[in-house]
Amino acid sequence: MNFLSIFDVIGPNMIGPSSSHTAGACSMALMARRLCKEPICKVVFTLYGSFAKTYHGHGTDRALLGGILGFGTDDARIRDAFELAKEFGVEYEFVIDEKTITDHPNTADIAMTGVNGYELTVRGESIGGGKIKIVRIGNIDVEFTGEYSTLIIKQNDTPGIVAHISQCLSNQNVNIAFMRLFREDKGATAYTVVESDELIPESILAEIKRNPNVHEIMLVQV
Amino acid sequence: MDFRNGQELLELCEKKQMTISQVMKEREITCGTLTDKEIMEKLKTVLSIMKAAVNEPLTHPKKSNGGLIGGEAKKVSDFGNTSRSICGSLLNKAISYSMAVLEVNASMGLIVAAPTAGSSGVIPGVLLALQEEKLYSDELLYDALLNASAIGYLLMRNASVSGAEAGCQAEVGAASAMAASAVVEMMGGTPQMCLQAASIAISNLLGMVCDPIAGLVEAPCQARNSIGAANAITCAELALAGVTHPIPFDEMSDAMLRVGKSIPFELRETAMGGCAGTPTGCSLGCGMCS
Ligand code: SF4
Repeated sequence: MNFLSIFDVIGPNMIGPSSSHTAGACSMALMARRLCKEPICKVVFTLYGSFAKTYHGHGTDRALLGGILGFGTDDARIRDAFELAKEFGVEYEFVIDEKTITDHPNTADIAMTGVNGYELTVRGESIGGGKIKIVRIGNIDVEFTGEYSTLIIKQNDTPGIVAHISQCLSNQNVNIAFMRLFREDKGATAYTVVESDELIPESILAEIKRNPNVHEIMLVQV
Repeated sequence: MDFRNGQELLELCEKKQMTISQVMKEREITCGTLTDKEIMEKLKTVLSIMKAAVNEPLTHPKKSNGGLIGGEAKKVSDFGNTSRSICGSLLNKAISYSMAVLEVNASMGLIVAAPTAGSSGVIPGVLLALQEEKLYSDELLYDALLNASAIGYLLMRNASVSGAEAGCQAEVGAASAMAASAVVEMMGGTPQMCLQAASIAISNLLGMVCDPIAGLVEAPCQARNSIGAANAITCAELALAGVTHPIPFDEMSDAMLRVGKSIPFELRETAMGGCAGTPTGCSLGCGMCS
């Protein structure tokens, strides 16, 4: 969002030491968790760039894991995330990749496995001041920040589907702030990302799903 | 009601006969989503986190995550009680408190990024020291936080508060300008004086590089926070005494951004130059310049 609040300046309230390496890492994992439709039992984090180099001293590892466990940036339990992961029944692993060059120096891939075998990998970037961007879901490049209510629709890249989605949105009176289509290849899998400054009604999910070309819908409210 | 730069902020203060803190609150209510009550609740939380972060290392010092700092705040605070201390009570408190917050930050404790985590000691250090010395109420501190956030907002909007983008002048320098302005308002100075204090604070720290040893937000960051706090108090004193700065705040903020952009990459949070790039800095385990 463009509006800078008092609490964007004097804030966030967070577990130190670094808004981009700790708070941002926690937020991106928290967002990844919200995109995973099953409770998570296993997660593999791949750290790139400056995350790969300084993650330990900054507690980036504990912050990422804390986010996966559902802790917010100001939750002191982040410090004990390793121990708590056992209690929560979440297996974790960190992979350090210093070779791959990513677009942003603070990048992590979060590969989650759900209790019933659902798998999802999300790539996030920590862009400064605790702010983040999700830039990849599965192997498709996307872009959203989670600062707006966000609807992410996984679909076949076929004609008519975007029209169907916008129809559903207008039926429910959702005011679209941004709507973008990201696709793997022409005719393959695609994602539509819709961001709105208002809450998106849950009932829209069923309506959008009615189209057989829609595989999956994720909704993140703010 | 919004303002885009220092000039517009001053005009609003003048037109509405309001302080900077009042204008900032009004802006939040009219342009943002929070109510007056919610703002006050959030400020209360902010202040209580700040107080806890100042107190903890003075009573229970402990080593940081990276192991470079821990216990310095208590050392400075204890030294303040001896006859060899030279700072005087207010300044000793301000610097030791600001260092304390950085210890909490560096050991994965709860802090308020103000405006960043690396510079989170300056504002609580200055405000809480002043509160204790002058027996001020929490209410006065809420206004001080609102005033500081107005300056921080302008710097975020028109310059930068990121060490990676514009060096430590943008982190500790910005925090120092915010604190200086807040103190001026607390002490009954005019909005013009607040911006004067902020301008002087920025100009004093202009060009300060970001060179965290081993890439950790520990050293020199902790001592930088103490200088940010001392600088804020000094600049507030100057402004309250009627000393002015020839360069207006908006131009100073602009200068900070331009200086920041011309600071070489090695000196912008890459841990490759400055303190971090010294032989000892390198031996402390960054491995970044290899
Ligand atoms: S040296 Fe860099 S990391 Fe440390 S406080 Fe300054 S800007 Fe932040």
